[in-house]
Amino acid sequence: MIPEALALSAVLFTIGTIGVLTRRNAIVIFMCVELMLNAVNLSFVALSRLYGTTGQVFVVFVMTVAAAEAAVGLAIIIAIFRHGQSVNLKNINLLKG
Amino acid sequence: MLLQEAAGAAHPLAGTIAEWIWLVPVLPLLGFVVNGLLSLLPATHLGPADPSAAGHDAHDAHAVHDHGGHDHHHVVRHQYARIVSLVGPAVLGVAFLLTAGIFLALAGAHAEEPFVRTLFPWLVTGGLHVDAALQVDQLSMAMTMVVTGVGFLIHVFSVGYMQDDPGYPRYFAYLNLFVFFMLVLVLGASYPVMFVGWEGVGLCSYLLIGYWYSEKANADAGKKAFVMNRIGDFGFLVAMFLLFANLGTLDFAGVAGSVSELSEGGAVITAIGLFFFLGCAGKSAQIPLYTWLPDAMAGPTPVSALIHAATMVTAGVYLVARSSFLFSLAPVASLTVALVGAVTALFAATIGLKQWDIKKVLAYSTVSQLGYMFIGVGVGAYAAGVFHLVTHAFFKALLFLGSGSVIFAMHRALHHTGSHADAQDMRNMGGLQKYMPWTFGLMWIATLAIAGIPPLSGFFSKDEILASVFARTSHSTLAEATWLGIPGSALLMLIYVLGLAAALLTAIYMTRMMLYTFHGPNRSGEEERKHLAEAPWVMTAPLVVLGVLSAVGGALNFPAFFGSIGQKFHHWLEPVTGAASLNITHGEEAHLALGTELMLIGIAVAIAVAGIIYAMVRLKPQALVPAAQSPESHGIERVLEHKYYVDEAYDRAIVKPVVGISRRVLWRGMDAGLIDGLLVNGSGFLMRGFGWVGARLQSGQVGTYAWVLVIGVLAVLGAFSLS
Repeated sequence: MIPEALALSAVLFTIGTIGVLTRRNAIVIFMCVELMLNAVNLSFVALSRLYGTTGQVFVVFVMTVAAAEAAVGLAIIIAIFRHGQSVNLKNINLLKG
Repeated sequence: MLLQEAAGAAHPLAGTIAEWIWLVPVLPLLGFVVNGLLSLLPATHLGPADPSAAGHDAHDAHAVHDHGGHDHHHVVRHQYARIVSLVGPAVLGVAFLLTAGIFLALAGAHAEEPFVRTLFPWLVTGGLHVDAALQVDQLSMAMTMVVTGVGFLIHVFSVGYMQDDPGYPRYFAYLNLFVFFMLVLVLGASYPVMFVGWEGVGLCSYLLIGYWYSEKANADAGKKAFVMNRIGDFGFLVAMFLLFANLGTLDFAGVAGSVSELSEGGAVITAIGLFFFLGCAGKSAQIPLYTWLPDAMAGPTPVSALIHAATMVTAGVYLVARSSFLFSLAPVASLTVALVGAVTALFAATIGLKQWDIKKVLAYSTVSQLGYMFIGVGVGAYAAGVFHLVTHAFFKALLFLGSGSVIFAMHRALHHTGSHADAQDMRNMGGLQKYMPWTFGLMWIATLAIAGIPPLSGFFSKDEILASVFARTSHSTLAEATWLGIPGSALLMLIYVLGLAAALLTAIYMTRMMLYTFHGPNRSGEEERKHLAEAPWVMTAPLVVLGVLSAVGGALNFPAFFGSIGQKFHHWLEPVTGAASLNITHGEEAHLALGTELMLIGIAVAIAVAGIIYAMVRLKPQALVPAAQSPESHGIERVLEHKYYVDEAYDRAIVKPVVGISRRVLWRGMDAGLIDGLLVNGSGFLMRGFGWVGARLQSGQVGTYAWVLVIGVLAVLGAFSLS
């Protein structure tokens, strides 16, 4: 059971990572980040069967942080959209040196 | 250290007036402080001066050219000139009296060992222990007598000569400071203390040569003297290092006591001697470092008399005599000293034959006579060399001060008409005997003395040197040594002949100078002639004293065949240099048979008389024309007039390449290219390049950052899993 859960977690994490790397739409990238977080949550839960409930405590923490992050992140994306009428990251390079 | 003090306590001079030796140099130092402070106060105009009074700034030739046409009705005399006139010479007078007292105490004490007065520990570090100590012995006191005595006379002369110069207090401050350092030089009880004086007199020489520094030529002459002396000082320093490295001590008593640890005639002691002699060649203007001395004539004439004739330039001779315990063990170094001295004596004398500037003639004469002194100390006749130093101080100071009187009179006369003629060029003089009878008579005494006419002082001292050279051609360590493969006896014979030739030329050029200056018709011009007159008494009186000393100074050291009154100076210096002299002559006094000695004297006198008669017959002062109308000279005369083009050769061979290398390699290459260009600007450029590359990496694309992040994480994980 645990190996299958971990394998699923790894697949989800990889999909999330590839999504972050390849997509240009900020909202899609944001969803991919959530996917990565939840892949990690899955492995926490799976491994808590072996190492006790600490992993489950962590899952609660991660979900809390992810919720906060979602709030802040979406707010930023809306601000960026208002600024440039686009959420395509190709058009946003304010950090250029 | 303790031993030394114990020896000092038992010394016959302990507790006598000699304890006050420290006051002798301190007095001129006080004079320097007072005059130096006064010189900081501004000079004031005293209004129109009486033209018949000695109211003219006595600038030498360079100054005359530029200031000749200026308005000279106002004399700028310093408001404190009276105090300066009193303090400047007075400190020297008191120092002289004190010196005389110590001298008499020393003469009465018959001290075989030097009396060392330790003032305070100076350099104490590791194995080096040097005290600030002064040494009273026969040699240092003889030198101190000359420095304070002749120095006092020249200070008095300066009162007349320089009184109306706006920088009068500054002049006396420098002059006093010079005497202080000169006394430190001759009284110091160790090489480092002597070196302090050695450097100090060099500094004062520089300051006084460039005294009229607003003229570039004068400032350049000072700089030249300073730089050439540095070359010599390097030799002095290296010699001190070698001494310390090999003997571990630097005071005279210590070195004299342990010098026998070095192998006689070995490489170390020869190197020490040669390096010391390099210092001497710089300070005492010997080949190849002599060219600064003629240029040093840019300073005021009393400075030329005091520093560049009587005292400072003889420091090299003093150093060799002081280090006699070293040189007597290094025959090769000693022969080098004597040979360089002989060659310099002849070389400078030939240049002196064709100079027109009265001070230049005397300058080359000084170089030549210094060469003579080095012959003396080089062949181990230390007493003879120092004796010539003393008599030379008398007659050369007299000649320089006399020329100062002449220049003063000429300058005053030229001033009245606003003429731009050169007050130092002998072609503009002539017939001055009518106008300046005192100067004329006294300068003839000095001329006959330097030419070596008996019974004047120069005859005895020169003869003593030549006789000593002759006596050492056999039965001496020098004669048995070889110098670059040449047997020492042959070399000594050569030195003797060179010395005779120099004596002949000395007689000729000095007679020439006197003929052109004082005899024949006057060439200064109708108007100027009316204003020619003898200098004031404050200037003539020191000349009279020096004239007497030049005439009778020979009595200090009559030849040995005079019996009990002979060789007085020789016996006086015996405690200091006697052992070293004997070392060179295998432990027995170098005696010549009476017949030989009389023959040598006959040859020397005949040569001097021949030189004077030749000059009298061949030179025609009547045929001379003023400098402005003189034709160009040709052939060998032209070469001599241009001093063999040695200055030009040095310029081409050394100055230009050094300047070129400094400019192209050191400045443009090293400083501007390597340091500024590559290291300073290069590192800045490199950092800017890094910054540029770093900035280009910041594309602002979040995707790129994410890629870099992921690749980084994978790399780290990969590295962990692999290890």
